[in-house]
Amino acid sequence: MGNGKSLFEKVWDAHAVRELSNGQTQLIIGTHLIHEVTSPQAFGMLRDLGLKVRFPERTFATVDHIVPTDESSEPFSDPLADAMIRELRKNAEDFGITYFDLSTGKQGIVHVVGPEQGITQPGTTIACGDSHTATHGAFGAIAFGIGTTQVRDLLATQTMAMSKLKVRRINVDGQLPPGVYAKDVILHIIAQLGAKGGIGYAYEYGGEVFDNFTMEERMTVCNMSIEGGARAGYVNPDDTTFEYLKGRPYCPGGDAWDAAVEKWRAFASDPDTVYDDVVNIRAEDVAPSVTWGISPDQGFSVTGTIPRPEEGETPAEQESIREALEYMKLEPGSPIKGTKIDVAFIGSCTNGRLSDFREVARFIKGRKVADGVKAIAVPGSQIVAKLCENEGLDQVFRDAGFDWRRAGCSMCLAMNPDKLIGDQLCASSSNRNFKGRQGSPTGRTILMSPLMVAAAAITGEVSDAREVFELTELSSKC
Amino acid sequence: MALDKITTVQGTGVYVPGSDVDTDRIIPARFMKCVTFDGLGEYLFYDVRKHEDGSDKEHPLNDPRFKDATILIAGSNFGCGSSREHAPQAIYRYGFRAVIAESFAEIFFGNCVTLGIPCVVATGDDIKVLAAAVEADPTLAVTVDVDQCRVFFGDQSFTVHVPDSARDALISGKWDPIADLLESADEVSDRMQQLGYSA
Ligand code: SF4
Repeated sequence: MGNGKSLFEKVWDAHAVRELSNGQTQLIIGTHLIHEVTSPQAFGMLRDLGLKVRFPERTFATVDHIVPTDESSEPFSDPLADAMIRELRKNAEDFGITYFDLSTGKQGIVHVVGPEQGITQPGTTIACGDSHTATHGAFGAIAFGIGTTQVRDLLATQTMAMSKLKVRRINVDGQLPPGVYAKDVILHIIAQLGAKGGIGYAYEYGGEVFDNFTMEERMTVCNMSIEGGARAGYVNPDDTTFEYLKGRPYCPGGDAWDAAVEKWRAFASDPDTVYDDVVNIRAEDVAPSVTWGISPDQGFSVTGTIPRPEEGETPAEQESIREALEYMKLEPGSPIKGTKIDVAFIGSCTNGRLSDFREVARFIKGRKVADGVKAIAVPGSQIVAKLCENEGLDQVFRDAGFDWRRAGCSMCLAMNPDKLIGDQLCASSSNRNFKGRQGSPTGRTILMSPLMVAAAAITGEVSDAREVFELTELSSKC
Repeated sequence: MALDKITTVQGTGVYVPGSDVDTDRIIPARFMKCVTFDGLGEYLFYDVRKHEDGSDKEHPLNDPRFKDATILIAGSNFGCGSSREHAPQAIYRYGFRAVIAESFAEIFFGNCVTLGIPCVVATGDDIKVLAAAVEADPTLAVTVDVDQCRVFFGDQSFTVHVPDSARDALISGKWDPIADLLESADEVSDRMQQLGYSA
């Protein structure tokens, strides 16, 4: 017993080149994804050193953070954004890198595009100068966020120096209650284990709930591994994974497909793997979740009561509750439900995929966004936008009073025109509720699932989607 | 590629209190719209240092007594949040050459080492003592000794923790791994083929 290897170890061993003099491992990164924010400086360093891109066919570029979602024509009105997109275009051309530009119909958030194109594959290593790269772990890949200097290292050598991570298995077993989504699962995990709980670990998510999840749901969970402190997060590849990938542009076809599936399957963790840590969570304990603070682990069920600083177990915790409540302008001891919102945002690499918009559209038909609330729906990629539009979902959102936008990161962070103003409070399907994250230094963010955002948009306040959409009966049949 | 061996960093310190200081606070995302890192230093901690109209708030970095500080003293989980290297770059370009904190976020820590910025971990109590000493005398010489894993100031000192791999990299001048990585180019090509990444 106990000779089994986890997927993480198998992939690591397959990609380790040698031990470096500092004790770290030189690791091959099979797939390198780049975007406009963290790559230009790396190309600059490469040019300074007189180096070339070693395997240009293994780097893929897209533009997402700075793209305005309400205008399509270039030049963009923001000259800095315009300079960034032109720089990326030039670098892709100079170094022979595939670039999913705005004109290709395939542009989008890097963590939506990789899987959609079938570039993200099981048993591979993937890196991107972006902390939400763990999203790709949903396919049984080991995917890390890296800094710009490491982007340079990858461009120059297709390898990087890295220390091995420990592996924590997180089992979620049982049945998720109605109105509870993948987003709630990860918010629950982070609230349980803390924003620093995953430091030094890769998270392996498994159990009944993950076995039954679609790929898009798995991506939502893996996406936020970093908010729990884990640099990588993954789900073992299975038939759901292969079915999703089959026929995607960058996946093998014909005879090569079966061989690929066989190879991929073998990467899954062995049944007798001994993990560095195991955490068990009951699906029935997960509720529709919201954050109340300025760190993603400051979250709880939407039925929760805003904590009082005295409830913190240590003076440091008390101080962080105090700081969070002061910033969020929330009243300790009162329910979070009923908190007035100003903006509702559905999108981002966490929840900006077809299934997210489909699910919300099911419930908002015939409903209207509350007066005074600005609601925007932003597809994660041009392909997601097209799929939604083919089904008429864009019209459902528009009819309900949402703005239906073009693909991009949008209001997930403040690098494009979609920003909060003053201390506006945003019900957001994104992944970070840090101070100032959504563009205004005093802007406030409450993280939640897309359906919870829709419920908040319609009622104008933080609401329980199960009540707003009468979910209990409806879902009992699903 | 020969790099400096970073065994000690000497200078004066400034204490920026608070735990979980995230990368958005270190450098707000709106200042990341740039194609080079030059000039990022002036936006370090921008939203906590400046009012919306650009005037100064009360903040240690706005205090003229600390304007030449090169050693940043901070709380726990410093640098959490995003993997963006803009944060360590802003710290470096502002003029800091070492950071002493109760703990660091992992990616941030790695990014700092790669820039040759030693990040050393001290206990909360030691940090309090150091912060008080620096507050009492902003010109107090502070030395971060990476080699010996100690911080010296006035006639006091305390032990700090530096992970072995980071310490070795800094003191042997191998904190930027590119030279090492470039060496095994042939082997990497073979392995890329075996793994099916390249033809
Ligand atoms: S959607 Fe948000 S988290 Fe995702 S890549 Fe864009 S900015 Fe980052």
